[in-house]
Amino acid sequence: MSDTWIILGATSAIARAFMRDRAETGATLILCGRDMDDMKASAADLHARGAADVHVMALDVRNAKTFTPILDLAANQHGMLNAAVFTGSMPDQAVIDADPSLIDGVIMDSFTGPAQFLQRLAPMMEVRGGGAVVGVGSVAGDRGRLGNYVYGAAKAGFATYMSGLRNRLGRSGVHVMTVKPGPVDTAMTWGLDSMPFMTTPDAAAHDISKGLRKGRNVIYTAGIWRLVMLVIRNVPEPIFKKLSI
Amino acid sequence: MTWKTCTYSGWGRALTATGDIARPERASVLAKLPAAPAIGNKRSYGDAPLNNNGRVIDMTRLDRVLDFDAATGVVTVESGLTIGELARLFAPKGWLPPVMPGTGFATIGGCIAMDVHGKNHHHIGSFGQHVTAITLLQNGKQRRITPKDDTLWRATIGGLGQTGVIVNTSIQMLACKGDVMMVTERRVDGWDEHIVQLDASQASYTVGWIDATARGDALGRGILEEGETGAGLVPKPNPSKSVPFNAPHFALSKPIVRAFNAAYFRRVPSDGRTVVKPIQDFFFPLDRIHDWNKLYGKRGFHQFQCVVPLDQADALRAMLEKIANSGLASPLAVLKRMGEGRAGYLSFPMEGYTLAVDFPNRAAACELIGELEDMTTSAGGRLYLAKDALATPEQMAAMYPELPAWQKAVTKADPTGALATDMTRRLNLRNT
Repeated sequence: MSDTWIILGATSAIARAFMRDRAETGATLILCGRDMDDMKASAADLHARGAADVHVMALDVRNAKTFTPILDLAANQHGMLNAAVFTGSMPDQAVIDADPSLIDGVIMDSFTGPAQFLQRLAPMMEVRGGGAVVGVGSVAGDRGRLGNYVYGAAKAGFATYMSGLRNRLGRSGVHVMTVKPGPVDTAMTWGLDSMPFMTTPDAAAHDISKGLRKGRNVIYTAGIWRLVMLVIRNVPEPIFKKLSI
Repeated sequence: MTWKTCTYSGWGRALTATGDIARPERASVLAKLPAAPAIGNKRSYGDAPLNNNGRVIDMTRLDRVLDFDAATGVVTVESGLTIGELARLFAPKGWLPPVMPGTGFATIGGCIAMDVHGKNHHHIGSFGQHVTAITLLQNGKQRRITPKDDTLWRATIGGLGQTGVIVNTSIQMLACKGDVMMVTERRVDGWDEHIVQLDASQASYTVGWIDATARGDALGRGILEEGETGAGLVPKPNPSKSVPFNAPHFALSKPIVRAFNAAYFRRVPSDGRTVVKPIQDFFFPLDRIHDWNKLYGKRGFHQFQCVVPLDQADALRAMLEKIANSGLASPLAVLKRMGEGRAGYLSFPMEGYTLAVDFPNRAAACELIGELEDMTTSAGGRLYLAKDALATPEQMAAMYPELPAWQKAVTKADPTGALATDMTRRLNLRNT
């Protein structure tokens, strides 16, 4: 009996790499996102790479009504249920400054949308007494910075939510892992000013799989970001507020 | 953002371009981009993947398997998938890409645009001969073509991407026994024996490595490798290593290359041997060292590859003699016998012998390559556009007699010249 992985935000580049990794272990995958054509292409790819079964489901994290069919499908899967969250959006901070109402969407995409989904999934996982939840946050959530503090705030909220979910589901044998990527070479960072310690989607997916295998709680990818953020988090606020990093 | 301004180069790193690159991750994003030449992993050596002061579309993130028919072995893939990944995925299921070039990092789109050949060309022809359908993106519209679209098909295969962006492709895979190669290696002591051995080889896959520094009686000495696919268990290939920085210029100087080649030749026992290898190690030996092109330093290098007709083997010998006497060659030189198979107007293969030699990018080497190009033309041979960085427009017409037919089809497919590249301009291929 194969594991089932529900992938929220299945069109993201890191999700694609992670799904390929899961497919090669023979998992069943439920791809959830908005670009149906793209997910259908990924589904065929994952079949060829060894997935036991692949489903494609429409998901709009801003609309909880789209969660129901996905949760129903998950309930009908045998074996362990697992979920991985790759959703998020990062409008330019200047665009948000011009239209602050965009903040709601950013928070929904990165935090409240996936949190509402996971909150509905959690009882199912508790009953089955196993499986894993992977939540992709960001190093941007570790400290609010000039360049992207709205995005950072959403990711910080999600990280705190993940920490609580870990506290809850850990009691039922569910492994909850928070992933904090630094910059990853994807469409989201393409063409932005060069960023330090950039990693690739494949390397990030590899780190996630390794973290799952080792039962880690919080991982950074690339790993160097754990050290970088340790330093950044510990800069005293009177100094930090004057920095633009 | 959609566009990123970069300075980039082909594999040889001798020529560079600066311009905007888009790298779509989804077909819906690709569909909205303005027409621009598509590039893959930039494993062509010269300026085929370059568009200086213009735009290109990097296809490497569109790399999925879209369909596979286990009964017939026909696979449909997005064009950014690499040929090495295609082999890795399907060899355990008993199917290999029918033709594999010397690097597994070449994308399927690139394999079509260059109509690549492999170590089995004498048996089954070029890559394009095994392609059954191609989806092109022409001015924002998708168009699926098959060999029935005669002129457009032949202008697309080996056509340097000039008829449209290759979005996806159906390929008839080749049945194989498994993902293991039985490889027989034997020493060949000189040119004449090398040619005789290549002519006599009955193996599915045959390639000759040549010590391009050996002179006199040893001219043309090397190692003949013959391979067959098989099933079995071999250790997984070791993880690849990288070259972390540009090597200094003496890294591939004459004494070092000479010593390397001598050691490489003696690696194989004098009475030969048969070894079992993972398929990657046989088809893509150099891929185990990522970025090996950095060994040539920041000035880069050129690869000269030509093919001459069977009866012109002596002309090829004269070229090798010139190369050996120059002392400019590097360790990587390859001699192969080719069959007739080719699928496009500008496809490289012709029945004959092909020689490929790398040279560091220096004035003396460029001059030597110029002489070798002239010798190729006189012998009725041709140069491989996947490797070329130095040829001239005048040479093209003689080498590629079907060039006018290609130009006609390309003008129809891309009337505004939006897909032109540094290579098509340098060689005036589009006759503008």
